Amino acid sequence: MNQLANFTKGFIKENPVFVLLLGMCPTLGVTTSAINGLGMGLATTFVLVMSNLVVSLVKNLIPDKVRIPSFIVIIASFVTIVELVMQAYLPALYEQLGLFIPLIVVNCIVLGRAEAFASKNSLLSSIIDGLGMGLGFAFALTILGGVREMLGSGAIFGFKFLQGDGMLVFVLAPGAFIALGYLIALINRLKKTA
Amino acid sequence: MAKTESSFKNMVITLFVVTVVAALALGGVYTMTKEPIAIAKRKKVENAIRYVVPGFDTIRKEFKVAGDDGKDSLTVFETYKTGEKAGTAIKTYSPDGFGGMVWIMVGFAPDGTILNTAVLDHKETPGLGDKMDIKKSDFSIQFKGKNPKNFKLTVKKDGGDVDAITAATISSRAFCDAVRRAYKEFEKEEK
Repeated sequence: MNQLANFTKGFIKENPVFVLLLGMCPTLGVTTSAINGLGMGLATTFVLVMSNLVVSLVKNLIPDKVRIPSFIVIIASFVTIVELVMQAYLPALYEQLGLFIPLIVVNCIVLGRAEAFASKNSLLSSIIDGLGMGLGFAFALTILGGVREMLGSGAIFGFKFLQGDGMLVFVLAPGAFIALGYLIALINRLKKTA
Repeated sequence: MAKTESSFKNMVITLFVVTVVAALALGGVYTMTKEPIAIAKRKKVENAIRYVVPGFDTIRKEFKVAGDDGKDSLTVFETYKTGEKAGTAIKTYSPDGFGGMVWIMVGFAPDGTILNTAVLDHKETPGLGDKMDIKKSDFSIQFKGKNPKNFKLTVKKDGGDVDAITAATISSRAFCDAVRRAYKEFEKEEK
């Protein structure tokens, strides 16, 4: 597989949210607005790239039988680093995402890529895979957050273009499921014709 | 390089090394970010005080007291402007929000008039209860400039003077409850 295809597969073909349906907890939880989705996506991207990098480096040193606990420790460390750094230097964003940052640890995408890709591939491929998958995740979360924000509060990235409240249900939890369902249907339709 | 074999010795050593390296890295980052985190938190509190008691220059006294229901504690900040008392900011809470605790900063002028209020932390429903935040609606403006001596801090449904947020009476009640708790503490301090 060439590196470009390796990078772009995360956006549509193997998009973690729309196609693989991984990491549903942060997907449904934080996407009340486009900016929240983007912030969560970028934090996950950082963790994905770093954990893929480290897992790829140490893949031969770690015996098979203890690989999962080792990966989890590596991932959890990076998540904690992200949390502390964000709390220190981006307190406003941390306030929005704070609750969901520790959940990146149990995000199946991160462990999934470490196990399925980084532990079997070279360093460069692993970094590119992490970057592609992470940005694909950020892309999906931003779209979902954008749709929910537009329908739910008549705004996009915080700019109001409609007076009034919009359809409240889209900001609440059920709206996440409804919006995600229609987006997946749309993506499947697009993939069929493409 | 050959893959390390899954022998008992190798597994123990690997896990030990992985956890020690992770612990050292986390310890390092924690020490590095400890101070900026403390500063960011402090700044947030000071910004809130500045918002509810405009125009002070020093905080002379700062102390914690237990709330009247004993569920958590209030923090009192006495602020001064060129030696004169500018007002008292009280960080208060209510345990009765729709989503649990609601934290509010209330500023009182020396005569007990509410100067302003600011919501610090809450878990109310987005689009309904979160309208208590000034960024989302004008709900909290009605408290500005009122003196609880002649302004009953309960929603109209309960016989008070506060216009509740539409469809979010529980959140409005919690807001009133928090302000009331702060005022009770303020009165105690003034005696």
